[in-house]
Amino acid sequence: MAKISLIVNGNPVNANIDPRTLLVQFLRENLRLTGTHVGCDTSQCGACVVHLDGKAVKACTTLAVMADGHEVRTIEGLAADGAPLHPMQEAFREHHGLQCGFCTPGMIMTAVDLVHRKGHDLSDHTIREELEGNLCRCTGYQNIVLSIAAGAKAMAKSDLA
Amino acid sequence: MYEFRYHRPATVRQAANLLLKNEDAKVIAGGHTLLPVMKQRLASPPHLVDLSHIEGLDGIEMKGRSLVIGATATHNMVATSAIVGEAIPALAELAGLIGDPAVRHKGTIGGSLANNDPTADYPAACLALGATIVTNKRRLKPEEFFQGLFTTSLESDEIITRVMFPVPKKAAYIKFRNQASRYALVGVFVAKRPSDVRVAVTGAGSEGVFRVTSFEEALKKRFSHKALDGLTVPADGLNSDLHGSAEYRAHLIAVLARRAVEAATAKPDVSVA
Repeated sequence: MAKISLIVNGNPVNANIDPRTLLVQFLRENLRLTGTHVGCDTSQCGACVVHLDGKAVKACTTLAVMADGHEVRTIEGLAADGAPLHPMQEAFREHHGLQCGFCTPGMIMTAVDLVHRKGHDLSDHTIREELEGNLCRCTGYQNIVLSIAAGAKAMAKSDLA
Repeated sequence: MYEFRYHRPATVRQAANLLLKNEDAKVIAGGHTLLPVMKQRLASPPHLVDLSHIEGLDGIEMKGRSLVIGATATHNMVATSAIVGEAIPALAELAGLIGDPAVRHKGTIGGSLANNDPTADYPAACLALGATIVTNKRRLKPEEFFQGLFTTSLESDEIITRVMFPVPKKAAYIKFRNQASRYALVGVFVAKRPSDVRVAVTGAGSEGVFRVTSFEEALKKRFSHKALDGLTVPADGLNSDLHGSAEYRAHLIAVLARRAVEAATAKPDVSVA
């Protein structure tokens, strides 16, 4: 077993885990943060994307023990419970950027990371290139791209990063 | 994945000692090759030695005429580094073509080289640029380091610490992606160096990355895509699978080499003070 201490969505977390626990398992099964999904489990689909020290990573291909001492942010950490949605979440709602919703948490975490790296004025081409590691099997991506472009602009005017 | 013991050394020396003491221990940095393989139970190392917390192993700096990249520098760090972008822009572009943004945040140059996947991008850059792969024990030229499919000359307690790239006059990398996996179906790295020209090919060779000396000789006489007119590569020894025949890959090598030379000549000469 391995002792780990990390920050998840702003809260300190301590746990004693089997070293082979994946970060996504730890989030879902130990912390019950089930907004982060397991899709392909082979680091291709991006349903498990979370932020590790502010950078988008695939939680299915990260050991929880490697997140020891680091900071993790999940979809649950974007906006407080009961508070208005994060502007990127709101943009997905507004622009119908989802159908079944399974890929949505990963899409949104990837989109927020994209805005942090490339700013608020994103071309369709940039968004499509950056979605390389996120698969959606419902929408055909059109409305996801629209949502991200709008969400990026909305984030410029929001207090939520 | 099977059980293992996890170790987190603070120095390269501690990491090497752990590898020496624990038979079949494996090094992990970004984990983007090793973890998927462990999940499939194709690998079951009883010990994992995590390099990701060793300080100073991910630095990027110029030393004289060489660009030096630390082993745990991620693909994203290389792709976005101003130092790399100025010294060898082709290398920054190559790193930005690996995987996807989340993968680039974790995967490392040292991990990619140590794995020596025959469709990986970095081996082509190392071979074309004449890089030196520095380990905790010695310095290796790419010709000594790459030993065929998923095989390198690294010893069991040997760890890559950094890679030194001499700055070329011109360079470019053109990658033709497999439409499904996005790995290189064929990738060609062309480098015009002070003394010679090198053309390295990934994705195509059944023994991994290799050089095309006939193209190199033609380009040394005249560094223009026209110098490659009429030159071809034999299909012998090239991979043939459901993604493309050996003949198709041979054809791609010639096409991509021309495009790489065109891309390299379109860039201004690199000058490093």
